[in-house]
Amino acid sequence: MSEDINIKIFRFDPENDKEPKFQDYKVPYVDGMVVLDAVRYVEEKIDPTISIRWNCKAGKCGSCSAEINGHPSLMCKTRVDNIGKNITVSPMAAFPLVKDLVTDISKNWEIARKIPLLTPREGLEKPWRINPKDVERSKEFKRCIECFLCMDVCHVVREHFTPYFGPRHIVKAASWDMHPLDGLDRSKMLNDEGGMGYCNITKCCTEVCPEHIKITDNAIIQEKERAVDRKYDPIAMVIKNRRKKEKVM
Amino acid sequence: MSENVKTVETDVLVIGAGGAGMRAAISVNDAGLKVVMVTKSLLGKAHTVMAEGGIAAALGNVDPQDNWTVHYGDIIEEGVYISDWKMAEILGKEAPERVLELERYGALFDRTPDGRIMQRAFGAHTYRRLAHVGDRTGLELIKTLEDQVLHRDITFYDEMYITNLLKVGDKIAGAFGIKMTTGEFFVFKAKATVIATGGSGRVYKVTSNSWESTGDGIGMAYRAGVKLRDMEMIQFHPTGMVYPPGVKGLLVTESVRGEGGILLNSKGERYMLKYSPQKKELDARDVVARANYKEITEGRGTEHGGVYLDITHKSPEYIKHKLPAMYQQFLEFAGVDITKEKMEVAPTVHYMMGGIQVEAETERSNIENLFAAGEVASGLHGANRLGGNSLADILVFGKRAGDSASAYARSSTLLDIPQDLIEKEINYVKGFFKENGKNPYDLIDRLTTCMSDNVGIVRDGEHLKKAIDIIEQLKEEFKEVGTKGMIRYNHGLLGCLELANMLVSCEAITHCALMREESRGAHTRLDFPKKDKNWKKNIITYMGEDGKMKYETVPVEPMPKEYEQYVKPEVYE
Repeated sequence: MSEDINIKIFRFDPENDKEPKFQDYKVPYVDGMVVLDAVRYVEEKIDPTISIRWNCKAGKCGSCSAEINGHPSLMCKTRVDNIGKNITVSPMAAFPLVKDLVTDISKNWEIARKIPLLTPREGLEKPWRINPKDVERSKEFKRCIECFLCMDVCHVVREHFTPYFGPRHIVKAASWDMHPLDGLDRSKMLNDEGGMGYCNITKCCTEVCPEHIKITDNAIIQEKERAVDRKYDPIAMVIKNRRKKEKVM
Repeated sequence: MSENVKTVETDVLVIGAGGAGMRAAISVNDAGLKVVMVTKSLLGKAHTVMAEGGIAAALGNVDPQDNWTVHYGDIIEEGVYISDWKMAEILGKEAPERVLELERYGALFDRTPDGRIMQRAFGAHTYRRLAHVGDRTGLELIKTLEDQVLHRDITFYDEMYITNLLKVGDKIAGAFGIKMTTGEFFVFKAKATVIATGGSGRVYKVTSNSWESTGDGIGMAYRAGVKLRDMEMIQFHPTGMVYPPGVKGLLVTESVRGEGGILLNSKGERYMLKYSPQKKELDARDVVARANYKEITEGRGTEHGGVYLDITHKSPEYIKHKLPAMYQQFLEFAGVDITKEKMEVAPTVHYMMGGIQVEAETERSNIENLFAAGEVASGLHGANRLGGNSLADILVFGKRAGDSASAYARSSTLLDIPQDLIEKEINYVKGFFKENGKNPYDLIDRLTTCMSDNVGIVRDGEHLKKAIDIIEQLKEEFKEVGTKGMIRYNHGLLGCLELANMLVSCEAITHCALMREESRGAHTRLDFPKKDKNWKKNIITYMGEDGKMKYETVPVEPMPKEYEQYVKPEVYE
């Protein structure tokens, strides 16, 4: 695979262009290259006015989210030899477009502000002691790098105007709810204010997560179950809470 | 004025939203003052996110003998006796509380069997000292602080590129910025300003640093008359990826060695037994980096010009549990399963010990209402930084910078900013829009190649002089760089603005490296291979009245007699 890559990049400036277009570029192939290498080649060698967003180029910061051949992906983690030499790159469709591949993801901050932070139970002795095993559950959710690909792929977020917070934010809430010292239960809030009921667990979010977080099974379904328990069976909640307390040393 | 410029007024302006910037903003908020934080990247994406190994803090959870005095001694020795001793003392004493505070904010550290915060071994730390979250400690730190920022009354503007500080008289009245997503100009007016913009690692071709680490804070501070210190001190991390080319330089965490990984050359020899029989792979970063460099340049390197890092003697479960991010990184980028295969690694530019000269207790620069913290500041790490001390640094001194800026702001008022100062900035930005301007990325490519080739891990006068010539040439060519299109989200424009700052860092790094005629810590001169007691000094860089870069040396302030017992006496050959 030594010949050039044909890459089509979405170009649109909502303030100046009448309509969007896909622009074709030819980029020389380099061994082991990722899509971000190709897009940066365009930016640095062909047209520096193209708007792209990237930062760490190591899959750790979650800045370079885009749709590659229609699939929500991180450009820095998508190897060209895995997807072939005809590549189409477009911006995340779930967020308002700024220009070209850059979108406005700021609504996520508004949602994040609604989810209560860690609220430790009262009377804990400091410094805190936590059983090593109890760290594990929350840890999975804390791998989230906020690339918002799960939000992009979610058809509820993307196509329907609902109050649904979206997968990233359920993961955030779950990371606190499953923190071994946390004293709150965010599931009711996620259901009432966060529209969690709109999620019909199609698991698309789990499929696109570059951190391999089992978003649907381990976060959303867990929170949904808790919300149902809380609504219909307060006794179950008491037992659950007690169980949670016993885990803490 | 024809341009629409938005004005934002605040008590304290924080430039940069990595760990240091966010921790500073939290301090200002704690003090009950108004704070505005601006950042070039998106919120939560700063280079802090790349930190892997952990936060060094003498909690003594795993090794109870550890305490601040041991940490202090390690810092001074690793900094090869040119660190600011007061900063080392402050870090040693305050890092544990900053870690516990982070835990109260919601960070969830790995635990000891009895439930306390786990601490791991790291190069040249006397005891196991690094509080960590697997190998994703930076991510945990930045997300935890981001949550605090979002849930407090802290105003932030992300993707806001600050072009310059606005200096009125001998004070900083604020800063001028471009909101990248809209192309609007902003003037921030503040009583006190904190710079927390990180380092200049991207002035090198092979680097572990993010896109944003172009030394913007160094550039803007220098132009405002701020003094810089020890700019020649660049840390090369011993282990960066070498293959495939797209990820060359990407960090391979020291935790791999902390968890038992060994280094081998192409003959299969564990060469660290030769270079450092006692500490082996866990000796200081400069020692291991030079050993790797030597093996490679002497022909015992791997196919892609690296050495081998091997952790396959540990069980796959252990590796995946302790080094999950490294496991994924090699699998996804290089197609290498590190539980079964050896990694190929080589030294990569990692950290800048030098930067803005600050007072140890207050983080104040030589301008009375300008403060700096984190990698952009200097003093703590001297000639070399210990792993895990950067995350401790940003928390400890980020907080202090925020506290000091708050105290200053409380007893001062906003300064008027003359219109012509703002016009000057607008013209500076607009001046880059021209037909047939030189592509800034071509110049950046030549600059970074020059730095890696001539101002690298091993230096000599001849190469440094060559680098100075190239930098001077590029400074001339810089006058012709330009871009087209609009201001909004234009990387061509950003490239021009960043290049101006990168040139400042490169000029300072190279001149200081030429001046320091000795080998100390991260700075190795082939033509001056020994440490020289006459060079127990810091080099200060500043802009002279003629607009040219000036340098002077100042002796290192001696530590108090009673602290000498914590440090091995300095030995000269």
